[in-house]
Amino acid sequence: MMQVPAHTQSDGPLLKVDDLVVEYGLGNRTVHAVSGVSLEVARGETLGLVGESGCGKSTLGRAVLQLRRPKSGSVLFDGHDLTAMQGETLRKMRQRVQLIFQDPIASLNPRRRIGDIVAEPLIIAGVKDPEKRKQVVWEVLSAVGLDPELVVGRLPHEFSGGQCQRICIARALVLNPEFIVCDEPVSALDVSIRAQILNLLEEMKARFGLTLLFIAHDLAVVKAVSDRVAVMYLGRLCEVAPSEQLFAKPAHPYTALLLEAIPVPDPDVRPAESVATGEPPSPIAPPSGCRFRTRCPRADQRCSAEMPELREVVPGQLVACHHPLV
Amino acid sequence: MSGALLSIQDVAVELPTPRGNLRAVDRVNLTLEAGRTLGVVGESGCGKTMLSRAILQLLPKKARLSGRVMFAGQDLARLEPESLRKLRGRDLAVVFQDPMTSLNPVLTIGTQLMETIQEHLELDAAAAKKRSIELLTAVGIPAPEQRLTQYPHQCSGGMRQRIAIAIALSCEPKLLIADEPTTALDVTIQAQILDLLAREQRRRHMAMILITHDLGVVAGRADEVAVMYAGRVVERAPTPALFKRMHMPYTEALLAAIPKLETAPHTPLPAISGRPPDPTRPVPGCSFAPRCRYAAGRCHQAKPDLSAAETAGHFYACFHPIRMAEGIGA
Ligand SMILES: Nc1ncnc2c1ncn2[C@@H]1O[C@H](COP(=O)(O)OP(=O)(O)OP(=O)(O)O)[C@@H](O)[C@H]1O
Ligand SMILES: Nc1ncnc2c1ncn2[C@@H]1O[C@H](COP(=O)(O)OP(=O)(O)O)[C@@H](O)[C@H]1O
Ligand code: SF4
Ligand code: SF4
Ligand SMILES: [Mg+2]
Ligand SMILES: [Mg+2]
Repeated sequence: MMQVPAHTQSDGPLLKVDDLVVEYGLGNRTVHAVSGVSLEVARGETLGLVGESGCGKSTLGRAVLQLRRPKSGSVLFDGHDLTAMQGETLRKMRQRVQLIFQDPIASLNPRRRIGDIVAEPLIIAGVKDPEKRKQVVWEVLSAVGLDPELVVGRLPHEFSGGQCQRICIARALVLNPEFIVCDEPVSALDVSIRAQILNLLEEMKARFGLTLLFIAHDLAVVKAVSDRVAVMYLGRLCEVAPSEQLFAKPAHPYTALLLEAIPVPDPDVRPAESVATGEPPSPIAPPSGCRFRTRCPRADQRCSAEMPELREVVPGQLVACHHPLV
Repeated sequence: MSGALLSIQDVAVELPTPRGNLRAVDRVNLTLEAGRTLGVVGESGCGKTMLSRAILQLLPKKARLSGRVMFAGQDLARLEPESLRKLRGRDLAVVFQDPMTSLNPVLTIGTQLMETIQEHLELDAAAAKKRSIELLTAVGIPAPEQRLTQYPHQCSGGMRQRIAIAIALSCEPKLLIADEPTTALDVTIQAQILDLLAREQRRRHMAMILITHDLGVVAGRADEVAVMYAGRVVERAPTPALFKRMHMPYTEALLAAIPKLETAPHTPLPAISGRPPDPTRPVPGCSFAPRCRYAAGRCHQAKPDLSAAETAGHFYACFHPIRMAEGIGA
């Protein structure tokens, strides 16, 4: 595990998550949604986070923001442990960290005008001067490619999914945050608009000096915007590596499987039947040892007995596997 | 075509809106035989869902439908509501883009599955439960028995869609309309779901309309592809012919906008600029003209009709079809 002394400011990673555990109660059972995840995001970096539905990506993202309190572990943001913060201190800190959701339309209050929706974080943050608020709102709306004059007075239902996501991005930018968790920001958008929004996120990142945790289930989408990529499976990280390296030489069998499952826009490339073998096990009773072992072609006895820790196999490439591919 | 299970003839859907008439579907012709898959591709708002709702006769109340929807020899637009309801239960099934459209938030997953099964297949509660568990297993839900007692909000988005698919398949339909069934799913599950649909389709000789905005999804899965733009079919071809040579600039742009694994991170994507035209304000010429990089002359004045390409079954609506050298090539 990577060691960075706690509470040293500014030089270290902007975000450092250490051994984070998040659980949900389900009747008398426990959903092990995130089970000991450690990761770092450097200032100005985009870390992509990919993994299958239900593997805990959103839970991890929400736990970083303390929207869901973790059971254990720490979340150091700029050296401050968010898990130890409460009330006003946490609220102040949260202004520096924003979240963009997957479903842009559902995340906008249908009864409020766009101008008010985008201004809301400013009001919560205590910006009292309406002129100042208006100025900031107009700035961010223009930045995301909307005409403030035309949009501030309208309601969310008058906008397309892509436009709603632009509005969500504007709202996330309004407090001038340093870090944004983008939880599947383009998954609900179709191909042409997806490309526009990805380009927009890249522009905003450069313009506002942002650091991003970019969650998605589409590997090609993640690669398009990420410096490094973390692959998650059933509550744990399998592999973390620079984008190019991960895609060229995946070290974890699960990463390799994900890459094989991507549909290729070429009818001559027959989709490999059932490359994704087996079912993802339940996070209520995750397998012993390596959580991927029930679907892994390389699994052996050791894999069910011993949980593989994330370790560096190639410089910069961390993998949690007893029998990595590289 | 006499063997067609479904034949859509000159189907148009108009919706009155406060801002004027909205032509959501504009004179679409399509046929589909049993056991075959038709991919319908196009971006959001182009009329894919309205077309499928026209087939299902599930249009909004004020919508005006014209043309004929022939399914297994009968015109669905002329069927009595009661016969239609029966048909939709068994022979015609649909999976929507948003799983919550078909899931009830206040009922457990088990109740919803078993109700559907018991309504259309004569099974007792125990058999219906067994079948529910089989279906949940088939769509890749872990611990299906435990899931039966859960509510939709306790499942992640991906799991909800898998449950909706299980419900649609439960009635053993002749035609399944899958409206962006995997848009919200991750790749391994997408591959599994598409495999599952293909498997079920072969087993039952079921026909399928696979609606998606992702050309990558239809490439290996559909026998034929229809590309829609602004309510119209603008290119239609057997899948291999389409990918061998795209004639429509829109089809080409759609393919180019997909992020590719070969591309280096932080490379700007060739997005299609702007948005489709406001469907209540149709443009006089080709609907794609404001966004088309080949637009010239006639494109701004007249609407290109669907015309036949050299390859059999390939049609395109464009005045300046892409030439080989500029296109995808073979
Ligand atoms: N409120 C809840 N109560 C019980 N279990 C929950 C709750 N929310 C999420 N879970 C479970 O926790 C696990 C992780 O869910 P999470 O939403 O973080 O996954 P995800 O990776 O974001 O999935 P998706 O790609 O579908 O969005 C899943 O098994 C899910 O069913
Ligand atoms: N209930 C409705 N009332 C009025 N207009 C609608 C309704 N549903 C869809 N539309 C409009 O019809 C057109 C086609 O929509 P739709 O078929 O849903 O597109 P797609 O499925 O391709 O995204 C769009 O302009 C959309 O805004
Ligand atoms: S540890 Fe074993 S089961 Fe897990 S990914 Fe590696 S080889 Fe497969
Ligand atoms: S008709 Fe003209 S505007 Fe329309 S797609 Fe063809 S070249 Fe482009
Ligand atoms: Mg999620
Ligand atoms: Mg639709």
